[in-house]
Formats: sequence, structure tokens, C-alpha cells
Amino acid sequence: MLLKPLRHRPAADSPLALAHARVHEAGGHGRRIFALFQAARHPGPLIWILPAHQPERPMPRGLPEGVADRLHLVTPRGGTDLLWATEEALRARAAGLVIAEPAEALSLTAGRRLQLAAEAGRTTGLLLIREGAGSNATETRWSCAPRPRLPRPGLPHPGAGPDSTLHLWSLNKNKSGTFGDWTVDWNGASAAFHLVSEAGERCEPQGAAG
Amino acid sequence: MTLANARAICPALETRPADLRHEAGVLAALCRWAGRYAPLVAAEGADGLIADITGVAHLFGGEAGLRTDLHARLDRMGLAAHSAIADTRGAAHALARHGGGVIGPGDTARGLARLPVAALRIDPDTAAALGRLGLGRIGDLLPLPRAPLARRFGPGLILRLDQALGAQPEPVAADPAPPHFGVRITLPEPIGLQADVMAGLARLLDRLCARLALHHRGARRLVLELRRVDRATAQVEIGLARPMRDPARIAALFARGVDEVDAGFGIDGLRLSAPLTEPLAPEQAETRPPDRGGDALADLVSRLGNRLGFDRVLRLRPAESLIPERSFLIVPAAHDDAPAPPAEAPGPPLPPRPAVIFPPEEATPLSPADPLPPSGFRWRRRTLTVLRATGPERIAPEWWFDDPAWRSGLRDYWRVETREGPRLWVYHTPQAPGWRVQGEFA
Repeated sequence: MLLKPLRHRPAADSPLALAHARVHEAGGHGRRIFALFQAARHPGPLIWILPAHQPERPMPRGLPEGVADRLHLVTPRGGTDLLWATEEALRARAAGLVIAEPAEALSLTAGRRLQLAAEAGRTTGLLLIREGAGSNATETRWSCAPRPRLPRPGLPHPGAGPDSTLHLWSLNKNKSGTFGDWTVDWNGASAAFHLVSEAGERCEPQGAAG
Repeated sequence: MTLANARAICPALETRPADLRHEAGVLAALCRWAGRYAPLVAAEGADGLIADITGVAHLFGGEAGLRTDLHARLDRMGLAAHSAIADTRGAAHALARHGGGVIGPGDTARGLARLPVAALRIDPDTAAALGRLGLGRIGDLLPLPRAPLARRFGPGLILRLDQALGAQPEPVAADPAPPHFGVRITLPEPIGLQADVMAGLARLLDRLCARLALHHRGARRLVLELRRVDRATAQVEIGLARPMRDPARIAALFARGVDEVDAGFGIDGLRLSAPLTEPLAPEQAETRPPDRGGDALADLVSRLGNRLGFDRVLRLRPAESLIPERSFLIVPAAHDDAPAPPAEAPGPPLPPRPAVIFPPEEATPLSPADPLPPSGFRWRRRTLTVLRATGPERIAPEWWFDDPAWRSGLRDYWRVETREGPRLWVYHTPQAPGWRVQGEFA
């Protein structure tokens, strides 16, 4: 045994699970939905830090089951306050998951500081970033987009079939694993989800596909 | 007499509602002021004060002199008052409400004799029954045998009579002073280092928290005043997310504020006070769950709130409204004491709601002649093609609120799935034709 592993990293039970006590990043149009998906799968209080000027707010009735009761919103005024609040929340050992939406691009220093805070507090963090505004210190970086359920030739008209709840979540950067693309069928109500195979037809009843 | 009767007799009558809270406050202030006449002063009823002036009167030139002085000062304050001085508390009470004056020492029975029996603090029924027997004045009661009186009117009458005459003791007990949560420390030499201030603060916190624990209270707001050598005062104020009296955890919250204080030529006095406290029952250490997650979260909320402001650390609470914007409240987490609402009874399935909501944004249909819903629209500089639309769900404005956002009238909400991916919550306003996007589904 020449080298001791720097830190113990348990193998993720699911490809979509975030490594514990690390900071991750998610970008793309569906990043907030990805954050809610992760929130539903993390027990304990949730802290969502978003700039005060940002108009988007979570709506309790549309959130996954049990998330609204555990959710704490923090709305700092500036970018510095936002990073400070994120670092404090990560370090405090109080929350199950800390979600932050920095408005500006993250510097390597800021990303590294958040990573150290997450390790000190044994808390998982998820930063929702704009395109290309991430930092290299992140553990994983996800690109998230909602996908339509495209009509197929067999269906009578384009609008037929159930509503789409498909998401394309691709892992673009991973410090301790491989990349991958997953199409996920998640309806936003519970922690349960469905991984859709490449062909896309398997998750639907035989009749609808035919 | 009812107000209507009084108005009929005197049409020019001016009336005002009684402000009981204000009156009680003024009486409490007067009670403090009356401490200049006697060590023991207490409120009596809603409109009276009683003071034990035993051994005090000679300082004001006798009892009559004291009473004159009292009235002169009250007159200058603009207060009309009646007062009486007597040997016993009961006699003073009776005389103050029926003429006022001074009953000299040992003269109680003679002084009370002419007063009506109602002055004895007995209930009105007893007073009326005594009146029917022709016993209208206290003097009529005094020569009567006590046993038949007690048999007929109960022991209350005899007790009050004895108290008025001094046969039963009735001391004046002042109200206990409300606990004061403030401690101070004066230093022989000025200090300037942050660590020194924190050490002084730790000593103050130990004393303050002990006092809080004695009264079963916890602080919600704490103010540390640092008196500098040049007589300037610096103030550090912190708020707490929930009542607390743990010195170590409170001291950690002060660290940032103390760091910013300008010590000048040195600090030679510290004063710590808790202007806002709440009841906090003592807890047994053994019964606590081993994980202190709640404490950690409260500490985090305190720390975030003290830098960002407590109105920026928020929680979501459901509200009774069908209007999407008002269907939930965003309340400060520090003042959110209500327990989580009970789970709703299972009813008909509610229409879906988006996970994220934002102020309505204009969506321009691609072709204005489209039927409902449009086949495509532009939103946030993107062209979106509608793949499926579910709806409409009609929501009418709450007419009892004048909400500028709802001036456009009814809204027909659609869940629109686009070929480009986003699943949006879109509404159409039929009364002022137009499309807006207000939310996004998972």
C-alpha cells in the first residue's frame, strides 16, 4: 500500500447520486429541476441560496413531496454575500443539501473554498451555474435539459400520448468516475424516477407504442 | 345609564372609548413616581394606588402636609385625584373614595362612622341587604353584635370591617419588579484587543445567561454597548433565530460585530442587555436527541440573518388562496414558530402546478390568427413550437383585492409542452387578449 486514498468516497448507488460532502455543478435550462430532483433524494433541511434580484421562486405545490416543508430560502443581495452564505451553510453541518445559484462566474478560489467548506461540514452542495460559468474545483458538472416526448409515426396525431416528463441529464465532468448521458423520466412529484433506455419505447405500454 | 339615555339627556355629550391598556400604563408610571412618598406602593384596582407611609409622614411635614404636597404635584401634572390617609388600608380605601381627607391616629372608628357601608369593599348585594335593614352607614354596624351579622351576611362582611378597623392585618405588598436582563462590567484599564473584548463579553454572557435561566427565558435580541475612553459608545446588536441562553453559541455570533468596532483609545466599559426575550423552559440534557441538527440549523439561521438581515432567510408556508402568486407565503425563518401544517385531507386531485414560478413574462404567438392555444410562440428570445397543451384551467381574480397584476381579468392557464423541451405554465387573458408565461414544470 503505497498511497492512502485521499478521502473515502463510497461508490454511488445510482449514476444520478451526488458524491457526499462535495460540491457539484449543474447547468442548462433544466438545472433547477435537477436541483429539485436531488433535493427530494437528500434527507434533512434544504437550503436554497439565490440572489434577491432573481425573479424565479419555487412554488410549494409544484415541489416534490416533502421538499416544501424542509426548504429554507436565503436571498442575499450581492455576489459576495451569496458565496459567504453558501460557505457558511456548507460548513454548518445543518443541512442535507445546499443549493446555490451564483449570478457571476465562479473563480477557482471560490470553487475551492466551497469544496473545503463542504468537506469540513460533511454537507453536499449543488451550484446552479450559467453556461460556462463554473469552476474547475467542482466534483461533477451536469448539463440538464428538459426533453419533449416526440411524436412517432404510429400515433394518430402529434398531441396524443401522455405528457412528457423526460429530462436529458449529461455528466460532462467527473473527477472520480466516467461521463455519461441519461434520459430520465421523472414527474417532479416524488423521489422515484425511471431511467429511459436509448430506444425510448420501453417505458410505455405496448398499445401506446404500437 | 346607557349611552343612548345619556345622549338624550345631554346632546352635547362627548364620548371616547376607554383605552384600558394606556390607562394601565399610566397607572404603572404613577406607581413608580409615588415611590417618592413611600417605599411600598402598589396598584389597587384599575384606578387606585395604595402606599404604606408608616414612618415617612414627618419628612413632608406631617400627614396633612404630605397630602397637600401630593395634590399640588398631581395638579401640576394635570391629574385630578382623591386621596385619604388613615391608620388601616381598608379605612384609607373607604375614605379616599368617599370624600378623602385624613383620619388621625387612633381615630379610625369615628372617622369611618359617617361613610356608607358600600365603602367597606363588600359586594353590592350585601350592601343592598344591609340598606334594607336600615344599616346604611358603617357607624350603624359598629355597635351591633358580631355573631348575628356573620351568620346573616357571611364572614366577608366581618373580615372587611375588621380590616378597616385594624383588627385584621392587611399589609401593602408592592408588585415584584420585572426582571431586568442587563449586565455591565467596568474595566480599570482600557482594552483594545478583540480577544480582550470577547473575554469580557464571555463574563457578561455567563451572568446574563444565568439570570435568563433563573427566569426561564431566552434572548431573541442582544445589544452589546462598548464605552470608549473618549466617552463615545459603540454598539453591536445581534438577533437570534430562536430564544437561546447558551453563552458559547451566543458569543460566536458576536465575533463578527466586535471585529468591526473601532476601539479608538480603548474601551473601559461593557454593557450587555437583552431587550427582547421569550419564554424558554429549562431542558433536561438527557432527554435531548443525540443529534443537534435543530441547534445547528438555528445557529446557521442566526449567523446568516445577522449578516444578511433576518428578512432574507425565508421559509415557504401554504396560504389560503387560489391565486398562484398568493397560494404561498414567504416568511422569515426566524419568526416562523408555527408547526408544519397537517397533511391535507385527500380530496379531488388538484390541477398540477409548476415547480418554479416567476412574474408573468410576455409570450408572442407566432401567428396572431391561431386558435387556442397557439401553435408556437416566442419567449425569452427563443422560438418555441407547441407540442401538447393541457388545459385550460380558469382562475378568476380575487375581487376583494385590488391587485395590479390581475387588472387584465380572468386567466386561462395551460400546461404547454414544447418541441424544444421546456414545459411551461402559460396563461391567456381573454378579457385583454394576450399570452404570458408564469412558470415552469418539472
